[in-house]
Amino acid sequence: MASADSETRPQEAIPQAVKIIIAGGFGAGKTTLVASVSEITPLSTEEVMTEASYGVDDIGGVEHKTTTTVALDFGRITINHDIVLYLFGTPGQNRFWFMWDELAEGALGAVVLADTRRLDTCFHAVDFFERRGVPFVVAVNRFEGSTVYREEEVREALDVSAEVPIVLADARERESCKEVLVELVTHVIRGRDPVMSG
Amino acid sequence: MNTSDERYGARTSGPGDGPAGRSPGHQPPPWYRGRGHPTSEGPSAGVALGDAPAGPLVRPYTMTRGRTRPSTGPRLDLVTIVVTARDLKERDREPEQEAIVRLCHRPISVAEISARLDIPLTVVRVLLGDLLADGDVRTRATMTQLPEKKVLQAVLDGIRRL
Repeated sequence: MASADSETRPQEAIPQAVKIIIAGGFGAGKTTLVASVSEITPLSTEEVMTEASYGVDDIGGVEHKTTTTVALDFGRITINHDIVLYLFGTPGQNRFWFMWDELAEGALGAVVLADTRRLDTCFHAVDFFERRGVPFVVAVNRFEGSTVYREEEVREALDVSAEVPIVLADARERESCKEVLVELVTHVIRGRDPVMSG
Repeated sequence: MNTSDERYGARTSGPGDGPAGRSPGHQPPPWYRGRGHPTSEGPSAGVALGDAPAGPLVRPYTMTRGRTRPSTGPRLDLVTIVVTARDLKERDREPEQEAIVRLCHRPISVAEISARLDIPLTVVRVLLGDLLADGDVRTRATMTQLPEKKVLQAVLDGIRRL
């Protein structure tokens, strides 16, 4: 390439990363969705946490520490030379809530994957994103053998406001997952700049 | 576990995927515990899956000399992008740090470093803190606020193009 010497050569630009959270109950299809759109095979990273636990019958007041490992699955989509999008699945178990704060920090938005057979498993996610002010869409993952509900029924059951989009999805289908993400980012843009909605 | 590995394995990796310089004969680093994370390198990386008890074990914080967070430097988010400095100096580094500077010749996120090297996130953050302090790697600060409109629009266009 050009023979610029190393002293004057500018440092290579570092891409900017943006993050979308894929939330939902255990078995709702989070990792399936990530795998459907990710350009890499989903990766799993681990956080080792030391938790202090206080037993209810611990009369000595002794603090027990246990080490817990939380796995986070994620995928990547290179948007262009300057932007990389990461999709992070939330840990399935509720006791790993502490990871959600880190996930939510700076997140562009979230997809709440709902399984209509166990709709209550995504209540926590809806609550969390509402409280944190993270824009989200609800994607109703179609499972074989599950009853098909109308959007209004899901909206009422989840008690989400009218502006939160609710879409039907099939986490195994790439096109369907793309539509969910398009819906989310459109929703985020609309929330940012109501006049420019489209 | 195995069924999901199979599912991961069935997917083909995207272009440019995987750390540079890895070959089928690549040997796992000494601390690798061989738990068979579904990375895109897969079995071709020469890692025998499921041999967890046989490998040498290093307790995570041994690598960091007991530290659980970086001493100084910028906050390292899950998606903070790290790249190895162009003018990387020859010097003695811990094997894990050496692995990181090799991996980061292409810009890569903190979470990916952790996943690909199979080192817990907290430990990666500490190791990166040292590398940053020594000027071996550079990072781009992650945003803590919603990205600009033009970034959002680019993301939207990018997803549509998939």
